[in-house]
Amino acid sequence: MTRSRTLYEKIWDAHVVEQRPDGTCLIFIDRHLVHEVTSPQAFAGLRASGRTVRRPDLTLAVPDHNLPTTPRRDASGNRLPIADAESAAQLAALETNAPAFGIRYIDAVAPEQGIVHVVGPEQGFSLPGTTIVCGDSHTACHGGIGALAFGIGTSEVEHVLATQTLLLQPAKTMEVCVEGEVGPGVTAKDIILHITGVIGAAGGTGHVIEYTGSAIRALSVEGRLTVSNMAIEGGARAGLIAPDDVTFEYLKGRPYAPKGADWDAAVAYWTSLATDRGATYDKTVVIDAADIAPSVTWGTSPEDVVPITGTVPDPASFADPSKQAAAAKSLAYMGLEPGTRMQDVQVENIFIGSCTNSRIEDLRAAAAVLKGRHKAAGVKWAIVVPGSGLVKAQAEAEGLDRIFTDAGLEWREPGCSACLGMNPDKVPAGERCASTSNRNFVGRQGPGSRTHLVSPAMAAAAAVTGRLTDVRELID
Amino acid sequence: MTPIEKVEGRAIPFGLKNVDTDVIIPAKWLKTISREGLGRGAFETLRADPDNLFDNPEFAGAPILIAGDNFGCGSSREHAAWALGDLGIRVVIAPSYSDIFSGNAVKNGILPVVLPQSAIDRLMEVAATDPIHVDLDTQTVTTPFQDRFRFDIDPFRKMCLLNGLDEISLTEKSEAAIAAHEKKMATDQPWLIPATL
Ligand code: SF4
Repeated sequence: MTRSRTLYEKIWDAHVVEQRPDGTCLIFIDRHLVHEVTSPQAFAGLRASGRTVRRPDLTLAVPDHNLPTTPRRDASGNRLPIADAESAAQLAALETNAPAFGIRYIDAVAPEQGIVHVVGPEQGFSLPGTTIVCGDSHTACHGGIGALAFGIGTSEVEHVLATQTLLLQPAKTMEVCVEGEVGPGVTAKDIILHITGVIGAAGGTGHVIEYTGSAIRALSVEGRLTVSNMAIEGGARAGLIAPDDVTFEYLKGRPYAPKGADWDAAVAYWTSLATDRGATYDKTVVIDAADIAPSVTWGTSPEDVVPITGTVPDPASFADPSKQAAAAKSLAYMGLEPGTRMQDVQVENIFIGSCTNSRIEDLRAAAAVLKGRHKAAGVKWAIVVPGSGLVKAQAEAEGLDRIFTDAGLEWREPGCSACLGMNPDKVPAGERCASTSNRNFVGRQGPGSRTHLVSPAMAAAAAVTGRLTDVRELID
Repeated sequence: MTPIEKVEGRAIPFGLKNVDTDVIIPAKWLKTISREGLGRGAFETLRADPDNLFDNPEFAGAPILIAGDNFGCGSSREHAAWALGDLGIRVVIAPSYSDIFSGNAVKNGILPVVLPQSAIDRLMEVAATDPIHVDLDTQTVTTPFQDRFRFDIDPFRKMCLLNGLDEISLTEKSEAAIAAHEKKMATDQPWLIPATL
């Protein structure tokens, strides 16, 4: 009789190439996603050692982090140069390295270009049950379709390029079970913000988290990608959600997804991956979906979450002295006083985008709030950045771009944008941003920027009122 | 990669908890296409404060950094390890690390020592005035005052660090096993290989 195993254990076991006596395993990598930031030094390393890319067919490269989100071609269709010299150098390095090493490459002006974690599932390149790596910590995102996906550093990028494997220690397993039905105005983003608040930024360290429960199963694939995207914000190595009919429906017919008889074989295999009855996790956290409100962060750690109806906490209210110190520092940086109602916090900037929340469903949710409304006078900068060229085209076909621009928001080209201060989209020092991204770290959106993480609907609500706002007041 | 066995010297008594890689090296420094020179950007935001520890002459060239829980959390950027290395750090001592950071540290010849908070508290005290000694071979951290803390480390990581070994060459020794896995994948699950579009 075979042992009862979790989803994680099944995927892991299927990819063990070799086990070392100390338990470390050489794991085969099915999919390697490459972008311009963490790859130049890896390609340079390959060149220096005379190595080649072992499996270019399992590798897909796309630029995203550095690309400006302003138009990429001039009126006569010529590609516009990248103004920042260092950004241009990274982008040029990828553009040269990908063909030189025979890797599939989506270029900056291709209709499929987008944020690597949006592109992977959208192209059907990311599949359930596969191992996926990328030199970016939000690779966990692909766990939303049931892939074991995690971020790696540049040395590992080089290792995977050269050997298509990684040396890994098995992780511990953690189940986060969200049972019940969420209330109105509560989205996948609120679920994951709430979870991060409950388990803490280090709550999942050393673990792979499987998100289970009826509230997770009820999510679309877009929502599941949002949840798994932020597994890393809870300290976990990866997130996973069992693939089901919702997943298969999403993937069917995508360019790189299996076709015909292969599709049926693949679905049968994927279905067999669900955690066995009787399998156990090293740790389980149960959350009642009814407890989740539209959520917002107040500090500089993603665990600093309160319901929008809440107030800025008093650092003294934390039991742990080092958290007290961290909270006091966060508040000083954020320019907030304990006891302030979150809904009284004014925001000058709105960012709707990032691999967490830039898929079509996210844009629809934001547009539903913004339709027939206009951004508040106090909002100086508000941008909507679709996750990929295909999301952009779909949104335009649905007329969402018009809703955004009529509301006074800017409609941009796909990329990482203001999620991190690497391209021209930045939040000015000392100003606040209601942002649908995943990190509220010090300086993340630009030096001195103050980030409040929210869902797309909540970001749209903040755009309308000019302050953090309970979206439930703006919807029926 | 430079092998590590014994490291002795001043330790920066930093001690902060949840230090993310954006703090270790801000995003604007990620735009390099080479690995060198990142020490200048290390802890840049904290170094804006003239009284910061990193520019304190007392700790100039210190090879050890003492940090708090969950060091290196956040973005997977390996630049964090390169920046620490470029700053001259060979050993970090903390109660816990993000998984990605500790992996990156080892790959770049930096030893991430895990010790309980009580030991960290004591080492912070000593580090303010005196050097600290780290011995990877015996897995101990000692002070001039008879303190002796033993730490655990994964044996494979220890071997790599002691010998300054490059992981790719090690993995290439498993060629037969990798080829066998690929063959099985191509036969059993041919749909796993994406079509050429
Ligand atoms: S959108 Fe943000 S989190 Fe996602 S890949 Fe880009 S920079 Fe990383």
